[in-house]
Amino acid sequence: MTLAHQTLALQTLGLSKSFGGFRANSDISLCVARGARHALIGPNGAGKTTFINLLTGVVPATSGTVRLLDEDVTRVSQQGRVKRGMARTYQINQLFADLTPIETVGLAIAEREGAGARWWSRVGQNSAVVDEAEALLTRMKLGEVMMWRTATLPYGKQRLLEIALAMACKPKLLLLDEPAAGVPEDERHDVLDSVEALPQDVTVLLIEHDMELVFSFADRISVLVQGQLFAEGGVEEISTDPRVKAVYLGEDAHV
Amino acid sequence: MLTILFDGIAYGMLLFVLAAGLAVTLGLMNFVNLAHGAFAMAGGYATVILMNRFGLPFLLCLPLAFLFSAALGFIFERLLYRHMYERSHLDQVLFSIGLVFMSIAATDYLMGSQQQNIHLPAYLQGRIFIGGVGIGIYRLFIVVLCSLMALGLQWMLAKTRFGSQLRAAVDDRRAARGLGIPVVKVFAITFAFGSGLAGLGGALGAEIVGLDPTFPLKFMLYFLIVVTVGGTSSLTGPLLAALMLGVADVMGKYLVPQLGAFIIYAIMLAVLMLRPQGLFARGR
Amino acid sequence: MLSKPPSTRPLGAQAPSPAAFLQARAAWRWPEILFWISAFGLILLFPNRHLLLNEIAILGLFALSLDLILGYAGIVSLGHAAFFGVGAYAAGLLAKHGVSEPVTGLLLSGAAAGLVGFLASFMILRGTDLTRLMVTLGVALIFHELANRLDWITGGADGLLGISVGPILGRFDFDFAGTTAYTYSLTATFLLFLLARRIVHSPFGLSLKALKDNHLRAATIGIAPNRRIVAIYTLAAVYAGMAGALLTQTTQFVSLEMLDFARSADALLVLVIGGSGYLYGGLIGAIAFKLMKDTLSAMTPAYWIFWMGFILVILVLIGRDRLMATLARPFAPLLKLLGARRP
Repeated sequence: MTLAHQTLALQTLGLSKSFGGFRANSDISLCVARGARHALIGPNGAGKTTFINLLTGVVPATSGTVRLLDEDVTRVSQQGRVKRGMARTYQINQLFADLTPIETVGLAIAEREGAGARWWSRVGQNSAVVDEAEALLTRMKLGEVMMWRTATLPYGKQRLLEIALAMACKPKLLLLDEPAAGVPEDERHDVLDSVEALPQDVTVLLIEHDMELVFSFADRISVLVQGQLFAEGGVEEISTDPRVKAVYLGEDAHV
Repeated sequence: MLTILFDGIAYGMLLFVLAAGLAVTLGLMNFVNLAHGAFAMAGGYATVILMNRFGLPFLLCLPLAFLFSAALGFIFERLLYRHMYERSHLDQVLFSIGLVFMSIAATDYLMGSQQQNIHLPAYLQGRIFIGGVGIGIYRLFIVVLCSLMALGLQWMLAKTRFGSQLRAAVDDRRAARGLGIPVVKVFAITFAFGSGLAGLGGALGAEIVGLDPTFPLKFMLYFLIVVTVGGTSSLTGPLLAALMLGVADVMGKYLVPQLGAFIIYAIMLAVLMLRPQGLFARGR
Repeated sequence: MLSKPPSTRPLGAQAPSPAAFLQARAAWRWPEILFWISAFGLILLFPNRHLLLNEIAILGLFALSLDLILGYAGIVSLGHAAFFGVGAYAAGLLAKHGVSEPVTGLLLSGAAAGLVGFLASFMILRGTDLTRLMVTLGVALIFHELANRLDWITGGADGLLGISVGPILGRFDFDFAGTTAYTYSLTATFLLFLLARRIVHSPFGLSLKALKDNHLRAATIGIAPNRRIVAIYTLAAVYAGMAGALLTQTTQFVSLEMLDFARSADALLVLVIGGSGYLYGGLIGAIAFKLMKDTLSAMTPAYWIFWMGFILVILVLIGRDRLMATLARPFAPLLKLLGARRP
């Protein structure tokens, strides 16, 4: 038990959320091992978004606990969870349209280093922050556009910035919410490559619709149906599970 | 004491009718219209002119005031407001403040800056005593009339086809349009109706709260309190809030005249801090 | 907007290093220097206009303070006059009860307004635009009512009389032409502007912009919004209070008008005219506003507020951005040099 604990990046115990009478998540107990590439799949309306919101602390859980790296964070604020090593991307871009990527990423790095509230120094003076931001953006194939206004970036680049921004928080656990959603075909491989190239010591929980991406990326898969954990297992196991197929039939025929 | 309570209730009912239109535009359509009071003022002035210049009876003036403000509301909605639905709250605020200022200056120019008087017909004056409690007949009239309006509104929103169309249009404009609901028309009618109610309130209230060109500004906060404190999920919330506000204001001004207005402001701030979604809104 | 080449991309020349690019945002541009030289030059140039110029400087500072919360933190306020009024009354009371040196009075008044702003800021942390509108409006009304009721302290509706302001730093007396007044107000505005400029170009300033741009994402990258908002709101209150104090000291009179709703609306209109989010909007807007008000009031004295409303409606209806972009096109290079990112 102790051994198992130490190797978990994320654990939820009986996590539930009700809105009025509607149970969006009920009794979800999920373990994500450290360094894992774990995918969470499920049909539309299965409660995936609610689950992420519970993990990140956007909404409080009705009952159950969230443990991050062996620490109970159920009552910890959103920012507190970020400081403890949890970062996320959004399915629909949530970026700072008026800022440039270098500013965006620099902001997150400065915040992480506790230098984000300095009011007497100039932005750009802190060379440690700027250098790290530049390196990260270059690695994420955003080097050429890092001085553009974010709103003017092509969509694929914005998706990359989503991931870069989360990585700027130096997460131990990264929640990727449909990273390739809506990316045009010609920019798609950039995003997929970046997801593949994420450092091994970062645990990734991928929430995804795209089975191709899930099966190529994940080493373990959990299936969420109607707010409940429906099945869990390795790629082989899940991809051949007739019940999972039944759930997805009509919804996503090629599974 | 009970007399004052009753006065407060009458005042509250009046505030409800004045603010009901705002509860719909702001609460349901999420549009910040600070100029709502201007439509109320228009109804009040329409009544003054009709009574004093043309000698029409008071009871006939009330529906005319409603129609006048509703027509005004309709015209403004078609010409101006509809362009503002999709704008930011800041734009809506600036736009409607601009309208408030224009209405104040225009009224001042046309009618003068003095208080306007309405002479109530004799049968609405005086008091009656029920169980030893003196009740002004006019207040009683207001309470009865406004209660009927409140019931009618609730019925309209909950039970009629128009009500369900409005709720659908508010929930999801695009989906409603897809279902064949004439969203544009529904919004225009709703806006006009809300303005009309305000106009009726302005006509009814001229005798109680006074009428001069600064009316829209003076009562802007009161309307906003009714809507925000009441919450925007139904009409019951604003109604309760209006009653509370009316009673607290009248009682406060009577019992502790030194503190009168503070009580209202303090309650408002407290409610906004503790329950930003409104006192009577269903919690999420 | 999407496929347009971004204005921030360097054209032709070698791309600057990221650090240089970031720091260039905070560099002084020549029109800015020209702007301030002209402002100070007016001390010598228009000696008979100093009373008006004094009012412009004060209104500019007041609008600048609103810009800090509206343009940088995205907080819509309908009651910014509350802090202006607190500063104005504080300065008046200080001068009346012995502290007649203006600079001391100015600092203390700013502190008083800042304290009020600090306390009020906790009320705007929660809720939406709408609740913030209500809270700011409510706070301003409370102070208006307070000043009205506490007439043994404030003079109530008659205004606070008997204010005597001493020479600045014990040396410079106020004169009837307003020359000292304008010099004093302009200097204070300039110094406060320098501080504001420093702050908006700091990491703190950048984080405010991020909060305004996308509150949700700012929270997800670990920016705790509340402390930032409290800080900038308090600072804005200090600025507004100092603007109020300047008006009291240079006119030697305080009245309820300082707390009027119209004053809060004035500041909003100034920012609508001048644009927000680049610091000069308040100052440029104040000039345009005052000149316009003078002209329109001369034409129809009693109905100035009609025109004020009219301008607001037209500006918003046509679209603030679009109209300003059209009007500002001839000046676009200049405005860009002043630091406005988009006209």
